[in-house]
Amino acid sequence: MKPTNIKDPEYFHKVVDCQYACPAHTPVPEYIRLIAAERYGEAYMVNWESNVFPGVLGRTCDRPCEPACRRGRVDEEPVAICRLKRVAADNKGDVSAAMPVAPDIKKQGRVALIGAGPASLTVARDLAPLGYEIDLFDDQPLAGGFMRSQIPVFRLPPEVLDEEVGFVLDLGIKQHFRHYVASLGAVLEKDYDAIFVGTGAPRGSDLSIPGREEAGKHIHIGIDWLASVAFEHLSKVGRRVLVLGGGNTAMDCCRTARRLGGEDVKVVVRSERAKMKASPWEIEDAMAEDIPILSNHVPKAFVHEDGQLKGVRFTLVDVVYDADGNRKLVPTGEEVFLEADDVIIAIGQDNAFPWIERDLGLDFGKWDMPIIDPVTFQSTNPRVFFGGDAAFGPENIITAVAHGHQAAISIDRFIRGEDVADRPAPGVTLVSQKMGVHEWSYDSAVSPEDRFPVPHVDKTLALKDRKVEVELGFDRAVAYREAERCLNCDVQTVFITDKCIECDGCVDICPTECINFVPNGDEADLRGRLRMAADEPGQDLYVSEALAQTGRVMVKDENVCLHCGLCAERCPTGAWDMQRFLYQVTKAGRSCNQSTR
Amino acid sequence: MTYIKPSFRHPKAPVNELGWTRQDYEGGLSTLCAGCGHDSISAAIVDACFQLNIEPHKVAKLSGIGCSSKTPAYFLSGSHSFNSVHGRMPSVATGANLANRDLVYLGVSGDGDTASIGLGQFAHGARRNLNMTYIVENNGCYGLTKGQDSATMDTGSVNKKGDRNVSSPMDVARLAIEVGATFVGRSFSGDKEQLVPLIKAALSHRGFALLDVISPCVTFNNHAGSYKSYEYFRSVKEVMPLDFVPVREEITASYASGTTCEVRMHDGSLVRLTKQDSDHDIEDRQSALQAISHYESQGKVLTGLLYIDRDSEELHDVLGTARRPLNSLTEQELCPGSRFLDSINAGLR
Ligand SMILES: Cc1cc2nc3c(=O)[nH]c(=O)nc-3n(C[C@H](O)[C@H](O)[C@H](O)COP(=O)(O)OP(=O)(O)OC[C@H]3O[C@@H](n4cnc5c(N)ncnc54)[C@H](O)[C@@H]3O)c2cc1C
Ligand SMILES: Cc1ncc(C[n+]2csc(CCOP(=O)(O)OP(=O)(O)O)c2C)c(N)n1
Ligand code: SF4
Ligand code: SF4
Ligand code: SF4
Ligand SMILES: [Mg+2]
Repeated sequence: MKPTNIKDPEYFHKVVDCQYACPAHTPVPEYIRLIAAERYGEAYMVNWESNVFPGVLGRTCDRPCEPACRRGRVDEEPVAICRLKRVAADNKGDVSAAMPVAPDIKKQGRVALIGAGPASLTVARDLAPLGYEIDLFDDQPLAGGFMRSQIPVFRLPPEVLDEEVGFVLDLGIKQHFRHYVASLGAVLEKDYDAIFVGTGAPRGSDLSIPGREEAGKHIHIGIDWLASVAFEHLSKVGRRVLVLGGGNTAMDCCRTARRLGGEDVKVVVRSERAKMKASPWEIEDAMAEDIPILSNHVPKAFVHEDGQLKGVRFTLVDVVYDADGNRKLVPTGEEVFLEADDVIIAIGQDNAFPWIERDLGLDFGKWDMPIIDPVTFQSTNPRVFFGGDAAFGPENIITAVAHGHQAAISIDRFIRGEDVADRPAPGVTLVSQKMGVHEWSYDSAVSPEDRFPVPHVDKTLALKDRKVEVELGFDRAVAYREAERCLNCDVQTVFITDKCIECDGCVDICPTECINFVPNGDEADLRGRLRMAADEPGQDLYVSEALAQTGRVMVKDENVCLHCGLCAERCPTGAWDMQRFLYQVTKAGRSCNQSTR
Repeated sequence: MTYIKPSFRHPKAPVNELGWTRQDYEGGLSTLCAGCGHDSISAAIVDACFQLNIEPHKVAKLSGIGCSSKTPAYFLSGSHSFNSVHGRMPSVATGANLANRDLVYLGVSGDGDTASIGLGQFAHGARRNLNMTYIVENNGCYGLTKGQDSATMDTGSVNKKGDRNVSSPMDVARLAIEVGATFVGRSFSGDKEQLVPLIKAALSHRGFALLDVISPCVTFNNHAGSYKSYEYFRSVKEVMPLDFVPVREEITASYASGTTCEVRMHDGSLVRLTKQDSDHDIEDRQSALQAISHYESQGKVLTGLLYIDRDSEELHDVLGTARRPLNSLTEQELCPGSRFLDSINAGLR
């Protein structure tokens, strides 16, 4: 293999598994160290810079970072990254001084944002401080998009959302709420320099089986029902409730129903439990609220009498996989009837753009979705950009934020007449953490503790009042111990070939047997020849130049390195050094390598 | 400074036949200088014992004084251990071995501990063919006392102060062959491919197994001009590659004669080696000594298995001692009664 080019920012970025997996590339270990140092405000701002809604996300994020977390590969469970984010938010104190301000005179250009969800708010946050005049439109009475209308208050208290939405709106954003945009053509005619569409995926899928119309009064579409609850148009549900569907929306529906008078609430899914789309922790929380999940039930008909819903009839199925691994639901012949006073359909969500005319030079492709460049988020009408669920279908908040940042870069470049495809390089720094002979400026010792569970409020209390937040969050003491579980994967092992005398000290000390000195070969060959076979192809090999004494190369499998620094402590010549790598996604208006802190 | 090694290991770390991982064979975190060759030898011992499926509590590790002699603290923390006075490890090993022949005896010593103050003890341990493995971690100096030249320091080698050594060196491998050791090897701390199988073979040998392992002292003897530095020793070593095949494993390839040969150990395991010199008969004392000299005359140092006597009698055989450890003998066996005393007395009349 060729020597690894550690100057390529993506090499070490990939080693920081959590940050790499985060769509917005939040510098996770950086803020976790700040939490351990009780510098909550700074930890909050590191988050705020990259994900805009730390308090919201610290409670609700889909947390793609956690399955990626290195700790999960050496320990039972990953670091509770998401819940530590909440600790930063809960304890941040007054951060107003750290917030950017928007210039009074806005002369950069005018931008319209349609939809006030996380995607649009991120665009607003990035562009307003640069001097753009921003008009924000939404059909709801308040900003937040689905964060407000869908995520139940027992998972996300309105004060938390209000504060973080407020940080953005306070940047001088012109707000147009209760304003449904019925025509993109009309907006295009106004003299906006650019338009961002962040309207989400607002249409819930329906289930057209017999009885749907007749019993319609007690059959609800999940996301509409949740919105009605959120905006307090609805405060009651029947005693017996069936929720159809196995995603996160279904989990929010069933748990909400439990709080609105539903005593006998069941979730019913078509396929196997294991195939449910909901996050494991959401399923756990629903089950903890006495909500059973029935699998392998395919709904056949809504049963009704005199216009009154009686329940749902299901066919039971077996799940069969054919030789190609395709799944088939094969009826067993058995049928089941489940009684219900209300049924909530939560089987999926679609995009809908009835308000976008099809003659605006904005092309639509497969599934009637607009054609969007996945890097620039520009549509085929160069003045119109998309992001969030509106761009490529339903995802989550952090993805919407990531899109927002990239779209803001594009809009800024577009308005300034620059090439939108030319993307700014990330800002990176790499600094030695050496303080003394064997002293590092990070906590190199690896905590052996298990993941700490987040305490929950008493169940009877929670079920009595929809507005009681279920999770209590870590207190500072537990947060410290959880923070110490982080392996500091951003403190990189940097190898300086010229200094190595091939004493094997690092090889011998490395607890996870990452380091090897072997004759070079191609990647597949090397992966098989190491002390421990490097069988995670997604995890890179770090390869040095040929060594002076034996001509071998140093090969390090990044997979399960604990970043403990023992290799560097054991090296007599300083051929290993522990260097903190900070990778920051460049935001709109900032040139590369211009750090924000 | 890290005093505790993280408890996590590679998630796919293998287990041996006893169901133990390599971690179960580790010891405390070393306090030797970073980069000391001795630490690599400790790691090789860990590998060897793990691979040989030895139960750590069936091992007695013994040492004298020196950096090298400190190392038993850094491997096999589950084993019996005795850190004796300087140069006296062989006597303690002899006593322990006579008392309990069921343990595996592993002595770790330095070139000072062995070739200076302990020379007499060492020679007698070898001469008696005490059943043990004796590793000399040879760095050409007294590391622990700040790097004075030791008796194995080569003529012409320059010490850290810049003085050239004029005395002639003691070669512990040669000496061991001369005085009666029945397994003699030489290796290098920086070559685990050779060192690990060599330690496994030594541990499997019945009788006195001496390993002279060149082990650079990074602090006092790794400079330009030193003959025991990493760089210098790498340039002069002549490696005899070898392989250890345990008893249970089926022997797959069989080699034609010539430079590759197989040596069946006393316990049925096999050492397979590729000789550098086809005249070298490793089962012949004279031939072994000649091979060593032959390379030496060319400025080279031969590493590998130098000499073996597979069917020797170890000390217990010679003395006709009890087959069981003394601690398992009952009063009845230890004090068999006046009838036996009478017969002994009769024999002396
Ligand atoms: C029940 C449920 C629970 C969820 N829970 C989570 C969670 O816990 N964590 C998570 O990360 N994600 C969750 N999501 C997903 C997440 O809410 C979305 O992915 C995210 O909000 C998408 O952001 P967005 O900015 O693209 O649009 P949205 O948040 O959908 O906002 C779009 C806004 O545009 C408005 N709008 C639409 N069309 C028009 C128009 N023509 N004119 C004016 N306004 C318009 C909409 O009313 C809405 O306010 C959940 C989704 C649902 C349905
Ligand atoms: C009886 C006695 N004499 C002298 C000493 C001082 N002393 C301690 S270690 C040592 C030499 C150790 O050399 P070596 O065995 O080569 O070990 P190394 O430190 O080089 O590994 C000496 C002379 C001692 N501890 N005890
Ligand atoms: S930091 Fe060094 S010693 Fe620690 S696990 Fe990583 S490679 Fe091994
Ligand atoms: S400890 Fe340092 S000098 Fe020794 S092999 Fe490792 S990198 Fe090279
Ligand atoms: S002084 Fe020499 S022998 Fe002793 S620990 Fe340091 S490097 Fe090793
Ligand atoms: Mg010595």
